[in-house]
Amino acid sequence: MKIFAAASIGGHWKQLLRITKPLENRFEMVYASTHPKCATMINGGTFYQMSDFSRRDAWRIVPMFFRLLRILWREHPDAVLTTGAAPGLVCLMAAWLLRYKTIWVDSTANAAHLSASGRIACRFASRVYTQWPDLAQHGVFYAGTVWGIQETKAEEGD
Amino acid sequence: MIFVVTGTQLPFDRLIRMLDEIAPLLDEEIVAQVNGCRYLPRYVNTIDILPPDEFDWLFSRARLIVAHAGIGTIISAMEYHKPVIIFPRIAALGEHRNEHQLATAAKMKEAGWVYVATEKDELQSLLLKPDLRPLCSIGKTASESLIESITDFIEH
Repeated sequence: MKIFAAASIGGHWKQLLRITKPLENRFEMVYASTHPKCATMINGGTFYQMSDFSRRDAWRIVPMFFRLLRILWREHPDAVLTTGAAPGLVCLMAAWLLRYKTIWVDSTANAAHLSASGRIACRFASRVYTQWPDLAQHGVFYAGTVWGIQETKAEEGD
Repeated sequence: MIFVVTGTQLPFDRLIRMLDEIAPLLDEEIVAQVNGCRYLPRYVNTIDILPPDEFDWLFSRARLIVAHAGIGTIISAMEYHKPVIIFPRIAALGEHRNEHQLATAAKMKEAGWVYVATEKDELQSLLLKPDLRPLCSIGKTASESLIESITDFIEH
């Protein structure tokens, strides 16, 4: 089975790798991030660069969305996994349109409430995880953290 | 050597100025990675954004890490088993888009994973302690339970 894993450079990317490294034994991995140097942090494998954007140059979403659609269509992964931020959300939307399984892991930085992107992901992603047990609620799962410090069984809040 | 990390997105002049004021009290080199710092420090050595290998080299040489509440830096500090003092950015002072760094820092302090300072006095007294130890170190991967849950969800 194949997983398409995407995240922005920095903390999001570091969190993604802490999740995907153990998955590499089990799944074929394809990666995407917003900076070419991220390609040096994976052991070979396919890497795609996504463009980064902010509110000021939000128009970049449009070409990026269609590019991701093409890439995802070609790669045909069994699941698309992201730890954010906005480019990861766009990736998940393209995957949703192609009816792929989509997984959003909200950044551990969002301790008080889900990130804005995470709240959008809740509307369509197949599975949403938070890394803070008290943020688990209906449809938002807590199963542990990227830190790997606390080991708690998967549970869905009510 | 104290290595200060402020991320690659926004300047954090308040922290650099504070460290520059504390620096004469310390008998230790301070190297700070900054991004567009408008304050010109006298004692703190500032360097621009570094390629990953040079960044890792400084990280491994450092006795202590002082950082904004950026997750990437906190993960690195724990992986390298370095003590880390988190000094969160405050959005109300124009240092970030929202106050999530304050929330992150508070939660991490509560969990006892890192040292946290939000004021100059706190930062100074932590920096003057000669025996700061890493409060928490981590392995290379996320919680096994999270990996299992994701694997399970993908396969079924």
